Amino acid sequence: MSDPVFGPAPERAPDPELVQLLTPEGERVHHPGFDVDFTPDELRGFYRDMTLVRRLDVEATALQRHGELGLWAQLLGQEAAQIGAGRALAPQDFVFPTYREHGVAWCRGVDPVRLLSLFRGVDQGSWDPAEHNFALYTIVIGAQTLHATGYAMGVQRDGLVGTGDPDRDMAVVAHFGDGASSQGDVNEAFVFAASYNAPVVFFCQNNQWAISEPFERQSRIPLYRRAHGFGFPGVRVDGNDVLATYAVMKAALQRAREGQGPILIEAYTYRMGAHTTTDDPTRYRLSEDLEHWKLKDPIARLEVYLRRNGMADEAFTADVAAEADALGERMRRECHALPDPSPHDLWDLVHAEKTAELAAQQAEYDAHAASFEEALS
Amino acid sequence: MTTMSLAKALNAGLRRAMEDDDKVVIMGEDVGRLGGVFRITDGLQKDFGDDRVIDTPLAESGIVGTAVGLAMRGYRPVVEIQFDGFVYPAYDQIVCQVAKLHYRSRGRVRIPMVIRIPFGGGIGAVEHHSESPEAQFVHTPGLKVVACSNPADAYAMIQQAIHADDPVIFLEPKRLYHAAKADVDEAALSESPAPLWQSRVVRSGSDATLVAYGPTVSTCLDAATVAAEEGRSLEVIDLRTLSPLDLVPVHESVRRTGRLVVVHEAHVTLGLGAEIAARVTEECFHSLEAPVLRVGGFDTPYPPARIEEAFLPDLDRVLDAVDRTFGF
Repeated sequence: MSDPVFGPAPERAPDPELVQLLTPEGERVHHPGFDVDFTPDELRGFYRDMTLVRRLDVEATALQRHGELGLWAQLLGQEAAQIGAGRALAPQDFVFPTYREHGVAWCRGVDPVRLLSLFRGVDQGSWDPAEHNFALYTIVIGAQTLHATGYAMGVQRDGLVGTGDPDRDMAVVAHFGDGASSQGDVNEAFVFAASYNAPVVFFCQNNQWAISEPFERQSRIPLYRRAHGFGFPGVRVDGNDVLATYAVMKAALQRAREGQGPILIEAYTYRMGAHTTTDDPTRYRLSEDLEHWKLKDPIARLEVYLRRNGMADEAFTADVAAEADALGERMRRECHALPDPSPHDLWDLVHAEKTAELAAQQAEYDAHAASFEEALS
Repeated sequence: MTTMSLAKALNAGLRRAMEDDDKVVIMGEDVGRLGGVFRITDGLQKDFGDDRVIDTPLAESGIVGTAVGLAMRGYRPVVEIQFDGFVYPAYDQIVCQVAKLHYRSRGRVRIPMVIRIPFGGGIGAVEHHSESPEAQFVHTPGLKVVACSNPADAYAMIQQAIHADDPVIFLEPKRLYHAAKADVDEAALSESPAPLWQSRVVRSGSDATLVAYGPTVSTCLDAATVAAEEGRSLEVIDLRTLSPLDLVPVHESVRRTGRLVVVHEAHVTLGLGAEIAARVTEECFHSLEAPVLRVGGFDTPYPPARIEEAFLPDLDRVLDAVDRTFGF
């Protein structure tokens, strides 16, 4: 029964139209709002990126199974969302990832072995954010969306928004997932970004699952629609369509760089793997779901399109496959060779200016460690 | 030389820091047009603009989280948390991000952020406005924590905290904001302030040692004055820095006096007094004539204002503890 004063609560809305440029069957379609003319080289580049990133993911998962990594957060199925979002960036844009953005890391030039070192337990993030314009992985869910917003506020203060210089104007990207959309930090980031009109693109990969909790537990309405309540636009894109994701992201980044403020992109996709290697999705989801989403595979649809239109042949796909094999081999070799960190360094990394207290604790540890070496010698 | 209140000294120190470095930005609820609920940032937005003195939405995690981003972009944010009891929504950002980013990034990311928190009770406030959460931050590696107790220190310490390349929790004794004014020699303090990470003997004595910080320093000084009339000489040490702890003057003092009482408004159990008692026991075991005693807030939530004086360490409870150290 509808409430006579407030009206009924919104229905659980039917799934909206996705922005799509490439159907699951590999058919190129057009969208009035978002379209980009892609060159054959760009399209082959997307195929290569997605194939290599999938290999990176498969290889890392195998390394975990072999005991070489303590954990791995799989991106299987989300290659198009990440490569589309990553390749749309300008070099000066700055990205705040979750712990699953291996594809975006790839686009930012972060070596895959650096991702492995984190999950092996060698370090907690070994790349230089300033070198790649790519922050370290953030494990606390949604916390990085505030960092992105604050960084974007800094970019505004640096006068790098809306100058009209395409090589200077910056946008900042906040990655998060459907689970994080329930976090206070994400909602506060929306409020702050809207209030200051900060140049931040909120890029949500809705992969349908927050470990075992389905998207319906997080939201009664499609996520992209939440943006309207905060006062900025939202759009839902087919996250398994690399062309559409690229086109939507490109437009959103440009809009932010021009000073038109924040935007929310919901990349609608599916987590084909487990949450992480510790998870067992067979306990909470149906294999039919997986079969359904397999038909929407991001790489297969692009390969069909490339082959059908004469932009890729056996030799090309064989080349990419060989490159993937070489990447896998290098990852295994270099992962094994990663040296353990030295406990001595623990105290050196806590502060920019080390305290006398920590120096004393470090000296105590060193003496303790040395006592074993003396005993052995 | 200017005579000013602690509140005014903080305002002058913030102004000076903003003049010295245009990367210093102030953020918080009501810090701009209003000048903060305690007027600590009074007039700063008018003079430095709303890009540098930023009135924020009412969300503490949002304030600290966006300040992290600004710090990563090269700014030096000075965040005001309106009251001690309102810091908890930001606790996750402080503990998991502010404190750990330098470590996580192996030193590649620095967070030169100051989080100012008016702390402690005694102002007749409603719930959540009188708390002393310092131990929770001292217990968090990666943070530095300081507390000022007088106008001259406030003026120098706020600038030093802002200049520091590490995140600093800056505790301000709110009941002393507008208490007795004191002379602040701005020129001299700008030239040669005491190092931020050092505690200080503020009254010399020979019979017992009192250690305090923030609002309880004046309580202990009053106690020492009364004790002197009774022929007992108490040394008073203002810790100033809670993390790192500088206990060198405390150890030196206890080796002479053999007796130590630690005084803070925070709950006694696992408060700073517990850590100080442990360390002094390790360092000065053979000098101690009595166990280290603690005077602090009870292990109850902060009470309604009409009975807060019973909760807060006062002169009588401090002197009582001193008496007890002589009973062993």
